[in-house]
Amino acid sequence: MTDKIRVGFNGEFEVKEIAVAPGDPVPWDPSRTYSVLGTRVPRLDGKAKTTGEAKYSIDVRLPGMLYARILRCPLAAATVTSVDLSAARKMPGVRAALAIAEPGEKIRFAGQEVAAVAAATPEQADDALGAIRVAYAARPFVVGLEAARKADAPLVFDGKAETKTSAGDVESGGKGLARNGNVLGPRSTVKGNVEDGFKKAAAVVEATYVTQVQTHTALETHGLVARWEGEELTVWASTQGIFVMRDELAETLELPVSKVRVITEYMGGGFGAKFGPRIEGVTAARLAKAAGAPVKLFLDRKEEQLATGNRPSSVQTVKAGATKDGKLTALQLTVYGNGGTNGGTGTSGPIKNIYACENLKVDEYDVFTNAGPSTAMRAPGHPQGAFALEATMDELARALGIDPLEFRLRNDPSAVRREEFRIGAEKIGWAGRDTRRRTPDPWIRRGVGVGAAVWYNTGDTGPRATVTIHRDGSAEVEHGVQDLGTGSRTMVAIVAAEELGIPLEKVSVSIGDSRMPFAPDSGGSATTPGSAPTIRRAAFQARKELARAIAREWKVPPESVAVEGGRISAPGDPKHDVSWAEACKLLPSQGVAATAERAENHEDAWKRFTTGAQFAEVEVDTATGKVRVERVVAVHDCGVPINPLATESQIQGGVIQGVSYALFEDRVLDGPTGRMVNPNVESYKIAGALDVPEIDVTLVSVWDGINNTNSVGIGEPATVPTAAAIANAVSHAVGARIRQLPITPEVVLAAVREADEHAKGGRA
Amino acid sequence: MSDEPRGGFTRRDLVRGSVVGAIAASVGTKAGAAGTAAIGPGAAPLELTVNGAVHRLSVEPRVTLVDALRERIGLTGTKVVCGRGACGACTVLVDGKTVCSCLVLAHEAAGKSITTIEGVATDGRLSPIQEAFIAADALQCGFCTSGMVLSCKALLDREPKPSRQAIREAVSGNLCRCGTYNHVFDAVERAAGLKTAVSTATAPVLVGARLTADRSRLVENDPRVAQAIREAMEQEG
Repeated sequence: MTDKIRVGFNGEFEVKEIAVAPGDPVPWDPSRTYSVLGTRVPRLDGKAKTTGEAKYSIDVRLPGMLYARILRCPLAAATVTSVDLSAARKMPGVRAALAIAEPGEKIRFAGQEVAAVAAATPEQADDALGAIRVAYAARPFVVGLEAARKADAPLVFDGKAETKTSAGDVESGGKGLARNGNVLGPRSTVKGNVEDGFKKAAAVVEATYVTQVQTHTALETHGLVARWEGEELTVWASTQGIFVMRDELAETLELPVSKVRVITEYMGGGFGAKFGPRIEGVTAARLAKAAGAPVKLFLDRKEEQLATGNRPSSVQTVKAGATKDGKLTALQLTVYGNGGTNGGTGTSGPIKNIYACENLKVDEYDVFTNAGPSTAMRAPGHPQGAFALEATMDELARALGIDPLEFRLRNDPSAVRREEFRIGAEKIGWAGRDTRRRTPDPWIRRGVGVGAAVWYNTGDTGPRATVTIHRDGSAEVEHGVQDLGTGSRTMVAIVAAEELGIPLEKVSVSIGDSRMPFAPDSGGSATTPGSAPTIRRAAFQARKELARAIAREWKVPPESVAVEGGRISAPGDPKHDVSWAEACKLLPSQGVAATAERAENHEDAWKRFTTGAQFAEVEVDTATGKVRVERVVAVHDCGVPINPLATESQIQGGVIQGVSYALFEDRVLDGPTGRMVNPNVESYKIAGALDVPEIDVTLVSVWDGINNTNSVGIGEPATVPTAAAIANAVSHAVGARIRQLPITPEVVLAAVREADEHAKGGRA
Repeated sequence: MSDEPRGGFTRRDLVRGSVVGAIAASVGTKAGAAGTAAIGPGAAPLELTVNGAVHRLSVEPRVTLVDALRERIGLTGTKVVCGRGACGACTVLVDGKTVCSCLVLAHEAAGKSITTIEGVATDGRLSPIQEAFIAADALQCGFCTSGMVLSCKALLDREPKPSRQAIREAVSGNLCRCGTYNHVFDAVERAAGLKTAVSTATAPVLVGARLTADRSRLVENDPRVAQAIREAMEQEG
């Protein structure tokens, strides 16, 4: 069946013909008005979260529950020679103890898991850790990316690169890639011929950009509560993917998938680091089995910062050329990334997917070091890639004598993003940015910078949902999705209410349980585009069931019954026009229900990337090097926002994490010991209330018809360009290029000195 | 962010082994004459007054107030994030002042009036600051929210009409990783009656209409725009 829908954005739409899958509703389009969709809905769990009633997995308390703790290796590289748990087992309150690393096993970073205990109280578990006797043979280790690249560097993996990975990690094995010492790669991408491109260029720039390791620092730490009932395991986990958590637990513990249940009612943030059970989750389950009692194992802050993943560092060399009239002719990126004991450190997403260029060459290398493993973190590779790319765009524009924004507009193939650039430029006051550079205080400079975002519409088939309509007119949705704090719970209710044509208050939502219909993992900004079309399809089919049931009562053909706008009607008889509530009274006691699985994305729909543009205005004290981000304008394509209130909140969050990444965050390792010296939140600084800029969020609705709700995720694109825009703003303010994150006072003062020297040399 | 001075012996890490005796001696309780009775190192009885209710416990001197609240009493609304007074997630009110409950020993809080997030609403009715948090969407994952709400409540209790800067300072010890800060500031202003700009009405919105020149937000609540689009499309055929 083909249907005509309207697609487009910013009030300009064109007609598209799409093939709608059987049983799927025609995508919502802009020619209709909506009663719940797109309204600013305060999140449904607001009361639970502001009263302390919300039960996070870390809050779960079960009768007879034990508390578990993990012993970690203090050495950066070692071989375990013995693990003696006998004294620990005799400590007060201890009910189980186990070795995680067996004798002979290699330790590759300071903080790696060695053993664990479970005891009646948290304090007893702490005490018992001190009674575990472990002997190690220390081995040489290497700290830092540059040291690890040297020919004589100690090898992190002397054989095949293997780490204990869990879902969300990027495997370090690097199938088919060359390995030279600690360096794996390159993963290469070639399009056209960059050498030809550089020859055609009127200007070529080349520079190296360095970024730091960032830790996720979700407020709720990793962990779970495990309870066995016979051979059935139930866990309350802090996870972004309850189904992948279930599957990995089943696989590791050799249980049928049907015997593992994962519950995540509320969750204190993930940002990419919380998918599978990882070592601590499996350990909790094993301790619970050994002790014959439920076990709570949640990491403390230090463990969280050390061992649960991070955004890898990068050293990116970018070379770019463009013609005199500002058309890119070649882009080249060579990047080395330090993911500790994990790989997957590439940063090429932005350079491949933002600006149009016929000639592209990318070479990405992973560098192993003796440090905590990297894992997926909010838009993996993209904030670091955008930082290097957008600095390069500014430099090339300057070399060509073209305004940096104009240069971007000439090379941006996305009509949506070009519009976003224009909206943002007007709001930030781009045109007056040079006149604002100098302030009455000669030490204080202001600067304005810009960066672009790209992400990918990744909603896919697989999710299922059940919608039930009850006799009293209320409706219920069951969908096993987790809500990380993004507002998924509320999104589910909005979509169901809109499709059924009933008020939000009539819809109840059950989520966060693997016993419910399958839902996507919350990764890749895929939750909403995975879930929303599924909910809508199930609600659409439940509505059809309602029509069929009413048709039976009225003895009319089912296709003649219309369910629209809270009324149910059929032609011919004036009595056949009743309210939703009256119609539902005709239902049998079980009501009507439908379970549906998400349809495929429409093949012939308008394929496109998710775009965004951000502008930052900063104030720089050139005497102290302190940067204050005053204002960020964030303009984002968010498909059609289901709940603009929550969408704006998430963009606020992406920007604030970007500010934090740009200015403050930096994992610091001690050279002589290889230990992290700031595994906490006072010396690993994340942005606080005094650091956040005013943030102006604009949502550009894009009706793409790719799925039946036009939905995309916003979590990742919102944080892609922030650091890039800030770095460009600081560069604008001080008059010299920032090539390193975080932009500490030291980095700023070095740039100020560089600008001063240029000025003295008459090359300002 | 704590209004209390940070004492020398409140860090959990210090309260282990041989240090216990010294601390115990310095902690006055109802159990004996002030300053004379030593508590611990084993569990000792304790009365905590939380949200007006008296809880009788028996805990070791090293047990922190937040662990007593969460793991012994079962009031899990108070959260632990850093365990060392750097993040404000465990903020509670002790005699009306904000303290990090991870930096206070349970026995130190004996005889004082403790208010946790569970005690902010009265008779099931949300307080204005809680209402404002919900309306302004000043929460995402919600894990910092308990501490944020209590810091904001304490601010409003002492300063009913705070400036934006005063609000920033009042929550400067409460870390949030989702990025709710600006909405928290909005929420406090809303609760103080200073601001109602953030519209959260569930009135109909036309999604995807032309961006307005002034705010560039979605055009809200305007069925005329929908009509215009429909008409334009009909003309296109």
